[in-house]
Amino acid sequence: MKKTLPLIITFLAGFYMILAFFVPHHAVAASAQEMQSWEIIIVAFTLVLGIGNLIQVHAAKIRQRQAGWPYSLVLLACLVGMMIIGLGWGINEGTAYYWLYDNVMAPLSAAMFSLLAFFIASAAYRAFRARNKEATLLLVAAVIIMVGRIPLGNHLWQHLPWVGSRFPGALESLTQWIMDIPNAAGQRGIKIGAALGAVSMALRMMLGIERSYLTTGGGS
Amino acid sequence: MRTVALLAACLLAGAAYGGDFSAWEQAASSSKIWLEARDVPNDAGGEIRVSWTAPTRPESLQRLMRAESPDGPFSPVAELVSGISEYYDQGLTNGLQYYYRLEVYDGETLTASQVSQAVVPAGSWFNTQRWSLLAALAAFSGLLLFFIWRARHGAALFVRKIAGLSAVDEAIGRATEMGRPILYLPSGGLSAVSDIQTLASLVILGRVAGKAAEYETPLLVPCSDPLVMTLAQEIVRASCLNAGRPDAYRAERIRYLTNEQFAYTAGVDGMMLREKPAANFMIGTFYAESLILAETGYATGAIQIAGTAMITQLPFFVAACDYTLIGEEIYAASAYLSQEPVLMGTIKAQDWGKALALGLIILGVILETLALKYPALHFFVSRWLASQ
Repeated sequence: MKKTLPLIITFLAGFYMILAFFVPHHAVAASAQEMQSWEIIIVAFTLVLGIGNLIQVHAAKIRQRQAGWPYSLVLLACLVGMMIIGLGWGINEGTAYYWLYDNVMAPLSAAMFSLLAFFIASAAYRAFRARNKEATLLLVAAVIIMVGRIPLGNHLWQHLPWVGSRFPGALESLTQWIMDIPNAAGQRGIKIGAALGAVSMALRMMLGIERSYLTTGGGS
Repeated sequence: MRTVALLAACLLAGAAYGGDFSAWEQAASSSKIWLEARDVPNDAGGEIRVSWTAPTRPESLQRLMRAESPDGPFSPVAELVSGISEYYDQGLTNGLQYYYRLEVYDGETLTASQVSQAVVPAGSWFNTQRWSLLAALAAFSGLLLFFIWRARHGAALFVRKIAGLSAVDEAIGRATEMGRPILYLPSGGLSAVSDIQTLASLVILGRVAGKAAEYETPLLVPCSDPLVMTLAQEIVRASCLNAGRPDAYRAERIRYLTNEQFAYTAGVDGMMLREKPAANFMIGTFYAESLILAETGYATGAIQIAGTAMITQLPFFVAACDYTLIGEEIYAASAYLSQEPVLMGTIKAQDWGKALALGLIILGVILETLALKYPALHFFVSRWLASQ
């Protein structure tokens, strides 16, 4: 029963959501919408579990004076501080919580995101080395796209001796062709495969063939 | 100001007609406004589409009126500027009859359309735009059941080698030899448990956790979703039990960080730099954090296996990781790793599904090409092959 009941619930819930996708009638759509609202409510409740885990892990770290424990102290202080400010004075525009989020959290996130530019450069440097046939193809395609996608690239192309004057729009056309034909075809191939994989995975779960997520381990 | 003028004109016109509907009819019969109201198809009900053609000037104002009887009383539904020629009237009661009329005020005169025919909003019991999807789902489900049946009857099913999945044992072995932990990310900083990629990742986590427990190698699982954390804890605990090593399970190693995308990224990067895991698994839904995580992992010298169906993040993983599971491969993982015949049958069905999709694409290309000469074929493609 411990295994069967979750499987029955999974099947019924999954089947009902598929039904709601094909049947737009209010009688089905309203209850499907209701089910999705339940999901949001349940997920909101699990945030308590997350906070509990965070406090548990970092409190133990501070208690045992593990390496880097002051950082855990800062984390817990920030967590409690933001909760007090948010619960006490609200979270709307103009409140201290809003100000802290806008002036501390958002810039920190932006700083983290900005690292991406440097990581792209280092990853591109490694990926675009012409080690073999495929890597050379990647390098050539990448150079065409990178140069063709910036205004300066097209400007330089037009000033190239002989080629630039005879084929002024060639670089732009080639860039667009690579994006529209080989790139789009490859992406769609992956998308079709992934969509079928997702449907297959969902059906495996609904039919009870895939049970690993039920923590019993293994398949049927 | 124009709205006020329109309202005033309507009131004056109403007073002039003195509630005498025949006068309205007289005015409407000579008007050049064509009006049509229809129930919106393939919806939950309660919505009517009203469309019209009215000779308007740029400064004209239009007012759509509705009544539950052709004799009125009509009440205003919407006031619209010139140029708009359709309106979706929502929040109606299914089963009731509704009548519409349009009034156009061009600054001098007020013109009214005839009253529309009765329209009854109703919910649809089937979305006819999704026939092709239903057919595809039925065909794919049939294939799936057929290959499961074949597998149960002992048919040998060949599945190609997936390098990323074959390297899972190698990565765990390497971490064990080096005496360093394994880091497993079941998703990026924005995904939730309802995401099918996260579920696929949790299935692979079960296999990785079982092997890690067998080799007594610590497994770190930082999560961005509390529900994923709870599931991951249960899966790892079950895997340790199945591996005969219940003592290998440590709840504090499967921890919640945050659901803020870049705060999660910073937290995981910190773990990579402090704990120096020898093997990093990044499987699931990832967004902009993918390359930041993968490059940090590369800098620490860890063997990295990534997997996602996010098209935009795949190039980053391919560039920065040793192995990448591309799209469907993450969904095939549980079958591939367990080699269970029934699960292998589902992968075979996926392959046949792709062959079917390929056949339909070729058919669509042929029909669309022929449609240049025979336009009726275009209708078939747009209605049956390319519907929602």
